[in-house]
Amino acid sequence: MYGSTNLSEEDAKRMNSTVEDPEKLEAFESRIARGEKIEPQDWMPVEYRKQLIRMIEQHAHSEIVGALPEGTWITRAPNFRRKLALIAKVQDEIGHGQLLYSAAETLGKTREEMLNDLLNGKSKYSNVFNYPAKTWADIAVIGFLVDGAAIVNQVINSKGSYGPYCRALERICYEESFHLKQGHDNVVYLATGTKHQRAILQDAINRWYVPLLHFFGPPDKMSAHSEKLMKWKVKLASNDDMRNQFLDQYVPKIWELDITFPDPNLKKNNDGIWEFSDPDWNEFKRVINGGGPCNAERIAVRKFAEEAGRWVRQALMNPTEKYVVPLA
Amino acid sequence: MSNALKDLLFKMADDALIIGHRNSEWTGIGPMLEEDLAFSSMAQDKIGHAQALYKILNEVLGEADADTLAFKREEKQFKCCQLVEQPIGEYDFSIVRQFLFDHAELIRYDMLTQSSFQPLAQLAKKVKGEIKYHVMHADTFVKQLGKGTEESKARMQSSLNYAWHFALGIFEKSEFENELISENIFAGEEELKKRWLEKITPIIEAATLKVPVTDESKIIYGGRKGFHSEYLKPLLDEMCEVVRTDIDAEW
Ligand SMILES: [Fe+2]
Ligand SMILES: [Fe+2]
Ligand SMILES: [Fe+2]
Repeated sequence: MYGSTNLSEEDAKRMNSTVEDPEKLEAFESRIARGEKIEPQDWMPVEYRKQLIRMIEQHAHSEIVGALPEGTWITRAPNFRRKLALIAKVQDEIGHGQLLYSAAETLGKTREEMLNDLLNGKSKYSNVFNYPAKTWADIAVIGFLVDGAAIVNQVINSKGSYGPYCRALERICYEESFHLKQGHDNVVYLATGTKHQRAILQDAINRWYVPLLHFFGPPDKMSAHSEKLMKWKVKLASNDDMRNQFLDQYVPKIWELDITFPDPNLKKNNDGIWEFSDPDWNEFKRVINGGGPCNAERIAVRKFAEEAGRWVRQALMNPTEKYVVPLA
Repeated sequence: MSNALKDLLFKMADDALIIGHRNSEWTGIGPMLEEDLAFSSMAQDKIGHAQALYKILNEVLGEADADTLAFKREEKQFKCCQLVEQPIGEYDFSIVRQFLFDHAELIRYDMLTQSSFQPLAQLAKKVKGEIKYHVMHADTFVKQLGKGTEESKARMQSSLNYAWHFALGIFEKSEFENELISENIFAGEEELKKRWLEKITPIIEAATLKVPVTDESKIIYGGRKGFHSEYLKPLLDEMCEVVRTDIDAEW
């Protein structure tokens, strides 16, 4: 759930009561049905705009907050190859944030407003980043499995109806494929390494298992349905479908390495559906609502960055010099 | 000659590695996303330069491999100047440090394109092209923030004053100075410092800032001889934390 497509009950109610011009709505819906993309200047229902902003904004926040747990390991990466790869990876994530904020801005909300809403708690980011990265093995597991989960979500969303979001996602997915390769390589090194390396890998997998199941959001039977979001191609797959696709792609790759998941019930059924123990959805709710191990820390760091950097942004309000970006 | 070369390569590599480490600390906390990205790019370049220099030490001069040189040496074996060791502080210090350091780097590598030591001359040509962008980045921000608001101007001036005596420590001479010059390996720290001052003075003035007054006795030397500030040891402990958990493992 990089950008969550789950509706609150309130949202769902409003969604079904907002009245739109029926002719325009019909034209809009048939464009989407034909597979056309909606562009910023096109007419769109109020709720479509609103839900997209919410989703893209959450996705953008997830990228920049997600950079924090991994960022703390850049200075500790154990050799040149891993260090350079990790800096480039985290840099990509921040670049994704930048790209997504721009995509959301085309719908009428500024980056500044979005960042403010992140800090004041009005807008969320992916739950998975509220857990700590405790050892170097967490970096391997995040790179392989958290990015892997994100890719499942992002590839699906890139088939959506809003042009700027789809285009941003296509570029993001291209970069993500490198993260996945690095993450897998890192996991393999640990799994085939010393006793200590295998032990920290197993420990990291044990800790990330539940957050990864939570990543795709509550089970379909628990979440508020929205036919409309499906019809408008804002939501393209159910939480359960995405979770199943993730398990199908990644569980065998971990088992292959003789590493286990902390769930005796995890298995694939004959019908292709994965079974697993209930990952405590109350815990999920608690973390989303601020009770996770790192929620406060993540927001505090972003607040610090916002406040410490204010004088710089103010001094740049009337630029006299051309901005130069060093390339790497 | 090989000791003189090693000394030069180690101090350059260590400078690059440590400033790269410091630059990378801005990831995720810059004053705007664009600056996170910029410092991250510079960190990658600098760490890449360090790796390339250690590689020359390894392949041409018989030292250990790059990873060993970076991750398994003691603090006193490092030859970096104390400027690069200092914590990132606030953004004004980091940008001023970047400005002072990268101008010196650009000129140093420019001089080294003429080096009689071919592996270094070759590398210098490539590195110069990258550092040019770092310098442009620093110049933009020094000018913009120097001329920005009252607060930004005051911050920039005070960071410039603070960083200045560390920066002059970049040019601390080694015992091999004469040998490097006479062998046409490197034209020397004195020459580098002269060209550096000529280059940065007009930029500092264009930023409406004042070039700090130098007092020779305040210049912070020592780094080139292995005497470091209190900040290098913890930095290295952090950098080597994972490696030390299992010293023989492959990561
Ligand atoms: Fe990303
Ligand atoms: Fe990624
Ligand atoms: Fe990059």
